Amino acid sequence: MNKHVSLNRRAFVIGTAAAGAGLALGLDIPFGGPTVVRAADGSPEVNAWVVIRPDDTVVIRIARSEMGQGTLTGLAQLVAEELECDWAKVTTEYPTPGQSVARKRAWGDFSTGGSRGIRTSQDYVRKGGATARMMLVQAAANEWKVPVAECSASNSVITHKPSGKTTTYGKVVEAAAKLEPPADADVKLKDPKDWKIAGKPILRLDTADKTTGKMVYGIDVKLPGMLNAAIKDCPVFGGKLKSYDEAKVMGMKGVKKVVRVNDTTVAVVADTWWHAKTALDALPIVWDEGENAKVSSDSIGKWLAEGLDNAQPAFVGNQNGDAKAVIAGATKKIEAVYSYPYQNHACMEPLNATALYTADKCEVWCGTQNGEAAFAAVLEASGLPADKCEVHKQMLGGGFGRRGQTDYVRQAVEIAKQMPGTPVKLLWSREEDMLHGTYHPVTQCKLTGAFDADNNLTALHVRLSGQSILFKLRPAALVNGMDPAAFQGLAPTGEAAIGYTVPNLLVEHSMRNPHVPPGFWRGVNVNHNAIYLECFMDELAQAAGQDPVEFRRKLMAKHPKHLAVLNAVADKIGWGKPAPKGVYRGIAQHMGYGSYVAGAAEVSVDGNKIKVHRIVAATDPGYAVNPAQIERQVAGSFVYGLSGLFYGGCTVKDGRIEQTNFDTYNSMRMSEMPKVESIVMPSGGFWGGVGEPTICVAGPAVLNAYFAATGKRIRSVPLRDQNITFA
Amino acid sequence: MAKLTINGKAFEVDVEPDTPLLWAIRENAGLTGTKYGCGIAQCGACTVHLDGVATRSCGVQVSDAVGKQITTIEGLASDGALHKVQQAWIAKDVPQCGYCQSGMIMAVAALLKEKPKPTDADIDEAITNICRCGTFQQAREAIHAAANA
Repeated sequence: MNKHVSLNRRAFVIGTAAAGAGLALGLDIPFGGPTVVRAADGSPEVNAWVVIRPDDTVVIRIARSEMGQGTLTGLAQLVAEELECDWAKVTTEYPTPGQSVARKRAWGDFSTGGSRGIRTSQDYVRKGGATARMMLVQAAANEWKVPVAECSASNSVITHKPSGKTTTYGKVVEAAAKLEPPADADVKLKDPKDWKIAGKPILRLDTADKTTGKMVYGIDVKLPGMLNAAIKDCPVFGGKLKSYDEAKVMGMKGVKKVVRVNDTTVAVVADTWWHAKTALDALPIVWDEGENAKVSSDSIGKWLAEGLDNAQPAFVGNQNGDAKAVIAGATKKIEAVYSYPYQNHACMEPLNATALYTADKCEVWCGTQNGEAAFAAVLEASGLPADKCEVHKQMLGGGFGRRGQTDYVRQAVEIAKQMPGTPVKLLWSREEDMLHGTYHPVTQCKLTGAFDADNNLTALHVRLSGQSILFKLRPAALVNGMDPAAFQGLAPTGEAAIGYTVPNLLVEHSMRNPHVPPGFWRGVNVNHNAIYLECFMDELAQAAGQDPVEFRRKLMAKHPKHLAVLNAVADKIGWGKPAPKGVYRGIAQHMGYGSYVAGAAEVSVDGNKIKVHRIVAATDPGYAVNPAQIERQVAGSFVYGLSGLFYGGCTVKDGRIEQTNFDTYNSMRMSEMPKVESIVMPSGGFWGGVGEPTICVAGPAVLNAYFAATGKRIRSVPLRDQNITFA
Repeated sequence: MAKLTINGKAFEVDVEPDTPLLWAIRENAGLTGTKYGCGIAQCGACTVHLDGVATRSCGVQVSDAVGKQITTIEGLASDGALHKVQQAWIAKDVPQCGYCQSGMIMAVAALLKEKPKPTDADIDEAITNICRCGTFQQAREAIHAAANA
């Protein structure tokens, strides 16, 4: 099996943190700006987060990326809450990664993944808002020559209570911008129970332009003199570009240049993208496909299946008691093997980036989930220093984890570098996007459970076999070779902890890394782990002759927050009460990204067709910054998760992905979308994410309901492989 | 060179007759509200109206659009007022990433012209656009709201 990248301890040690490589670049550039820092229109910054214009417009800076998940609006709500400004006057803007580097990372982390957009920046953005408010109020107090304690702010208006005098933020901002910010210890944040803007289901800030065609996504960028590039990377991952015959296409209409982008990739540059693509399709290309061309889904599947054998080495991610011994000695036990396939993100907007390279500057315009990583890619690909590079973030037509990678940014720069002075927009065709994803990793799982004479679960052994994302993308995050993220939702503690207490538990991972590049696909490892654990919980309950909810509850006494969301969905869907005729129910719970989630489904089955009638989903994210957006994320998660379950799955043949477009990698339509009833139940005291966690309960809730309806277990994804589809 | 009428305006576009209408709209007419999603008429992100009929513009050649009234998302508002579907979309906060929404809004506008009060079944049959963010629930609410506006 040397065609695959085998488990190799040495590789773990020498690996470098590619994903984080750029973050420290250029941070030493001294910041020697004027006392008052001004935005492009001349309006003063109160601080890095808040600019106020003379007309009282409040510009809130957002470092994280908006890709539909609502983070832009949520972060603005948090800043505005502490700023005490008029929400109707709020607008937002992205600082650029180049500006951030020049200002010693004034805006912190730009990375927008792992459902971290709000939860890992809430503290400092709220402080940014509070600090700005204190400076504005101080400026008013100074002007009135009154004690600041006698002044307060609300709705962008500052009032001196004893005299009744008022002024507005826009009138004092020039003075405020010159003040020293208060000491950190003096900045007090509000108790969330006093929130007026945050915590409310208010409308998004970025909707109007999305209904008129005015919103500019990366694909829409226009620059004077811009050309367009279409690209092909070797269809076999790890293969090389051998040769191409550019003479065959140079005479075609609009074609300007054929570019060897790098060792694996060729591009055609033309006046329009359609001309570039037409010529690229006509370009004779010879690939050196290499050894990986022998790999198929079958060979990967067999290799992973070997990892289910307990004799093979494996990393232990969670252990108490002696599950293996108890299982070996048990008279009653059950075992099942599950699997989950590769998945493509299939963002609606195919990957693209526009680059302009000159001898002393390189600029890129693109949608990215991580402005700083894109910036680092520009530096590396251009060879220019940080003060000569810039990334201009555009709206993302979907991200789902794919736009956290920077391969497309690098390619755009590599092309532009060969055409100095000419801006070039690189756009991947849908086919290229399907063939060169960073795929949800492929895994299998063998689960074994043992019971005592009273049908109590005495031992559970979860043995995962398959691909590690971190091994490929962030080797520095491995712990002695182990990928801790492989145990997402099955871990003993932390932000993705298992919700059951089993007397003897063993969760282990036999790492096997096929050549297909893995990536962070919305939900990441909870997608498969939740199907494995929650479908098997159903199997255990059945074997014990117990109700699936009651069976779970007995194991959840020490996990009250997991239990609370499970109880919430059970209650709302009417668990234990009769369902409508012909309708059956399934349930699942899990934890991921610091949030507790549960889902319950009502389905009916007619032959090979499943109708999902109703979904109830509960989320406890600790604090809910915008409940309406959480509901949308939850409903959308079911569409993404069920699309993957029913229609997804990328298969490998001759070393390459077989699915090339939405005709072979379908996605749910409106007619297939069940009604999702969302329960947002923030219990306070912690900050969990919402963009991803719920996706993982979609699959097991529906699969368990399918079993209730048919008595048949489905243990592999996608359902289309079993000729099962939506009604 | 082909003569196209887009949003009531004449455009002369220098393209081969078999160029997909989508690319003539985006690259030659410069109207980028119409989106590329798949190129094989599966996803609906490129939906425009051809003589009032919702059409996936990636699957239509420029030569077949000559002489027809082409309406894109940029031409949906009239007399400075947003179309009732756009208004409902804003009121119900429908878009997430928004990329597929031009096409979905165009499909819905055509549906409401044909069936002013569509049932859920009518909606299921007519609105087959792919939305990876999955904002279908809000879209359905907004369609009914627009129908009742």
